[in-house]
Amino acid sequence: MSEPNRPESNPENGGRRTFMVAGAAVAGSAIAPGVMLYGIAQAKPADEAVTDKTRWGMLVDTTKCNSGCTDCVTACNTENALSGKTGPQDSQWIRKVEIKNLQTGAQNSLPMMCQHCENPPCVDVCPTGASMKRADGIVLVDRHICIGCRYCMMACPYKARSFVHEPLTEQNPEVPRGKGCVESCTFCVQRVDRDEKPACVEACDKAGHKALVFGDLNNPESDVAKAVKAHASTEVRGDLRLNTGVRYQGI
Amino acid sequence: MANNVCLDRACGKHSQFWTLLALGGLVMLGTLSAFFYLEHHGHIETGMNNQIVWGLPHVFAVFLIVAASGVLNVASIGSVFGKKMYKARAPLSGMLALAMLAGGLAVLVLDLGRPDRLIVAMTYYNFKSIFAWNMIFYNGFFAIVGLYLITLMDHKLKPWSKPVGLLAFLWRLALTTATGSIFGFLVARAGYNSALYAPMFIIYSFAYGLAAFLVVQSVMYKWNNIAVDERILARMKNLLAVFVAAGLYFTAVLHLTNLYFAKQWEFERFLLAGDNVYTTLFWLGQVVVGGIVPLLMLFNSNASKNPAIVFLAALLVLVGGHAQMYVTIVGGQAFPLDLFPGYAETSSFFDGVMHSYTPSIWEMMLGLGGIATAFLITTVAVRVLKFLPQDDFKEIELEAKEG
Ligand code: SF4
Ligand code: SF4
Repeated sequence: MSEPNRPESNPENGGRRTFMVAGAAVAGSAIAPGVMLYGIAQAKPADEAVTDKTRWGMLVDTTKCNSGCTDCVTACNTENALSGKTGPQDSQWIRKVEIKNLQTGAQNSLPMMCQHCENPPCVDVCPTGASMKRADGIVLVDRHICIGCRYCMMACPYKARSFVHEPLTEQNPEVPRGKGCVESCTFCVQRVDRDEKPACVEACDKAGHKALVFGDLNNPESDVAKAVKAHASTEVRGDLRLNTGVRYQGI
Repeated sequence: MANNVCLDRACGKHSQFWTLLALGGLVMLGTLSAFFYLEHHGHIETGMNNQIVWGLPHVFAVFLIVAASGVLNVASIGSVFGKKMYKARAPLSGMLALAMLAGGLAVLVLDLGRPDRLIVAMTYYNFKSIFAWNMIFYNGFFAIVGLYLITLMDHKLKPWSKPVGLLAFLWRLALTTATGSIFGFLVARAGYNSALYAPMFIIYSFAYGLAAFLVVQSVMYKWNNIAVDERILARMKNLLAVFVAAGLYFTAVLHLTNLYFAKQWEFERFLLAGDNVYTTLFWLGQVVVGGIVPLLMLFNSNASKNPAIVFLAALLVLVGGHAQMYVTIVGGQAFPLDLFPGYAETSSFFDGVMHSYTPSIWEMMLGLGGIATAFLITTVAVRVLKFLPQDDFKEIELEAKEG
């Protein structure tokens, strides 16, 4: 049952090897035609270190997000080999939340997932350092150090995390998961590291909604940086001052 | 073996002693089988889920840990504040603290998703994590209280018992604060977002610890056919009453301050006037059974003459303490996180609805293992070493006269 402990323990880089796939050559090959490529201009070889020059982020335009559409959820399940079941003990990395303003009755539909907080409570509370934030802002769980205490789940304000309640089969080798560990949205780090977009973003674009814009918030030329500059957007539970990497427009 | 080292009068009761061990062992066996069962099948076999991530095992574990630090209070009053009557009880108090802490931590470990990675938990520390700090505090607690027990039991080291006792006292305050902070740090959750959690846990720990002490002491006296001195019983029961009353007071303050903040209203209504098990457990379990009834019993004029009343009152405090932990831990999670204040929320992930939790037999068995661990350690320790309080009645009389 037990995996060997990996020697590297630096939380900023610890999970990198696990999530990384060699071969920058494949970068972009899986991207649907007609879709803007982000970050290709500074495409980096896969063995280049993750740096804090980049801050990956996402803008969700809730006015474009359709109630009833779950394409992003399905794409996430496929990419990360989640069962797609929605029982109380099943993992859901991304979910559609329907909200209704109690005063005005205005309704919105939006995807909710790990917000990749700059000041992530999950990382603060994790006793072992398994919850960690990469230099580029992606928050991950190192599946080889997580002891399954679930304190991070208690601390996450967005209920973004799931605990693996049963043994898993048929996994995507690029996405390490396992019984007894906690997991959450990784921004599809395995794809991002080869300069592809997260599966949910790709699926939303494919369906023609284009409600999700992903990219480097630190690069003023990126679509996401331009979008957050051009439109008023909010952080969910902004009062907690976590500076989330995911922002919402239209609520 | 036990025969040779046994210094206690209890030595006579061989068969009863073995019956106790067998009883504790049986529960332990259940716990271990639950552990291996869950280790194989995963937490899918528990009632815990992605909404209620901490359940019954944590109720038992946190209770034991909080009570463990409180039970040491008896020793602290003796060593730090020089009260002879409590000094005679210091060894028992120290031993109980270790036993209960061991029980509580055992449950926490057995419930981990990856208990096989315990060594990881011991070697990788995230110093920002209050949880990691707790592990350091727990380990230190074992070391310091162990040392303290040695200074108490070894005549040559006796002069050291005072400074080491003081250290143990300070350490236990820090430890309980840290345990309370585990919840206080969860800013996003309506139920836990209060700075009052840490001091409240200290008060609770005083009450639960002393109650546990009184229960064990009563049983030990009964077992040895000794009557507790009336003056001793009177003082200890009064102290318990003070702690229980203070606990109730803190609970009231916590909820009143919560009511003051409009954003906490929903949670308070859910907890105090909801149609759910937590409201029942709060009022009936925590307040009535664990607070008001024991207080009435302790203030009863016959209480100091009748050890049975004190024993029962202390037992009720322990029961109420478990209710409190259930309300705090499970109730705090059952109330949904409010991601979008001012909006109604629905999703496939149970946003915006009360989360339900039905514990399975497995997690019940895990939880009981904590009590069984503490029970077994206590039974064996009391048997092989001298933990029965040895009162010097002349000194107690003197103290009583001094007031
Ligand atoms: S959303 Fe939750 S899981 Fe994601 S970084 Fe923030 S606290 Fe951690
Ligand atoms: S469950 Fe894993 S990732 Fe979460 S706090 Fe515990 S060790 Fe860290």
